[in-house]
Amino acid sequence: MDLKELYQEIILDHGKNPRNLGKFENFNKDAEGYNPLCGDKVHVFLKLNENKEIEDISFEGHGCAISMASASIMTELMKDKKNPEVKEILNDFLDMIKQSPELKSQLIKEDEKTKLMSLSGVKQYPMRVKCATIAWHALASAMEYKKDENDSEKFI
Amino acid sequence: MSIKDIKKEFPIFNNKIQNNDLVYLDSANSSQKPQVVVDRIYDFYTKEFSNVGRSIHYLAVAATNLYENTRTLVQNYINAKDKNEIVFTKGATEAINLVASTFGQKYLKEGDEVLLTELEHHSNYVPWHYLRKSKGVKIKFAEMDENGDVTLETIEKNITDKTKIIAITHLSNVTGAILPVKEITKLAHSKKIPVLIDGCQGAPHLKLDMQDLDCDFYAISCHKMYGPTGLGILYAKKKWLEELPPYQGGGGMIREVKKEGITFGELPNKYEAGTMATAQVIAFGESIKFINKIGIENIEKHERELTVYGEEVLRKNNSVKLIGNPKDKGSVLSFTLDDVHPHDIATILDEDGVAIRAGHHCCQILHEKLGLSATARASLGVYNTKEDLDQLNESLNKCKKIFS
Repeated sequence: MDLKELYQEIILDHGKNPRNLGKFENFNKDAEGYNPLCGDKVHVFLKLNENKEIEDISFEGHGCAISMASASIMTELMKDKKNPEVKEILNDFLDMIKQSPELKSQLIKEDEKTKLMSLSGVKQYPMRVKCATIAWHALASAMEYKKDENDSEKFI
Repeated sequence: MSIKDIKKEFPIFNNKIQNNDLVYLDSANSSQKPQVVVDRIYDFYTKEFSNVGRSIHYLAVAATNLYENTRTLVQNYINAKDKNEIVFTKGATEAINLVASTFGQKYLKEGDEVLLTELEHHSNYVPWHYLRKSKGVKIKFAEMDENGDVTLETIEKNITDKTKIIAITHLSNVTGAILPVKEITKLAHSKKIPVLIDGCQGAPHLKLDMQDLDCDFYAISCHKMYGPTGLGILYAKKKWLEELPPYQGGGGMIREVKKEGITFGELPNKYEAGTMATAQVIAFGESIKFINKIGIENIEKHERELTVYGEEVLRKNNSVKLIGNPKDKGSVLSFTLDDVHPHDIATILDEDGVAIRAGHHCCQILHEKLGLSATARASLGVYNTKEDLDQLNESLNKCKKIFS
């Protein structure tokens, strides 16, 4: 595993200049993700309309380049997505980070896949997987998804 | 044994770690093991194994003698008055839990105060927290100053007539501050308050003398002292071990067991229930002999020189901010690097074979005070050299380059 694979340009860019950073005023759902290993926190804010569509999304937090980049890419991707789609993408991403060599969901466009796959390098660093997934777990909580009893990385 | 050649005694340095020479800067977390300690575990299991303190066959008697021999080595190493003041535990964490649990059970009631400091490792806070829950005991934290120190005056200010025990670190695993534990103990005793010292970072690096220090309890972590994991030591004054109730019940710690009642064994058996970490205890004897061969004073001198050198090197690096500038500092270099999160630093350094720790180092109270969620930490052991610290600095420059 080459370090360059982990710290790709796209991660460094999103890590240094995270998109959708900062709480916005009229959010109606929010949740915090926490990494007990390092104390890092990511707080996700949503404006969810009655159709369970994410009209707006942002995050606040402090953390490493991986966690900030992952939160940044996630918020870009999830804006304007609706409920079942959000869950499908979320599970697809978590599956990819944990084991799957690729993203399978048809809902993710090719350029978005490229961005998400830039985070796949953490697979080689088990202690860093949590960094890449912290924002995604916060989003799952904000969406009030339940964890699959048999697979803590999957939401139902 | 010369410190210059000491790396050779540690087999881990013979192997490449991901094609790099290992630069091990994580000894405050756990130290590497010299060959003599590794060999002792192997020899014990292959040639001498038996449980101790029970059977009377040849191997059992021999193993019991070896086990008790380590107790004597520890007694001499820390200059305890009595061999039975040394209790083996599964770690320093268990040693502190033992005291918090038994002392709390016997002497603490609602409204009583336990005085800690903001420097404490979670293992010297969480065990006391249980008493907050179960007994309504109040926990106070003596404040850390801007240098990362806790002074005698601050301790004094926090003592009230409700303070029933003071539990403090000897050497902070984050700021490196060495606390004036002897003076604190003297002050506490003048107010009839017992003192527990978390010696996890003290014991591997500083000369200890329990009779001179006069503390009531001292907790030691053996794996930080070039010894095996799964083993710790509680030093406690005999009067406490006699007065306090047993911690865990089981075989080996009893005198007589009847349906209507139980009497407990003599010291130190009273606190060593069940089969103990026999091989680890016996191998830890070799760790003490190893340290004695070099001389703890020489280890301390070597590590202090390296700490000063490391601070110099890191201060010259404009992007590095050192955490803690205490009056008396142990061999811990905690720092942050401009715009690079400690976890990213640790991963990038790792590629060069430089092993450091990143995170809150089990000190979230301290990090909250610093206003940081995490720091990076390079900590030293007897095997470290100036070259290791140069490599640390070089790899930090690589971090800067990646993130520039």
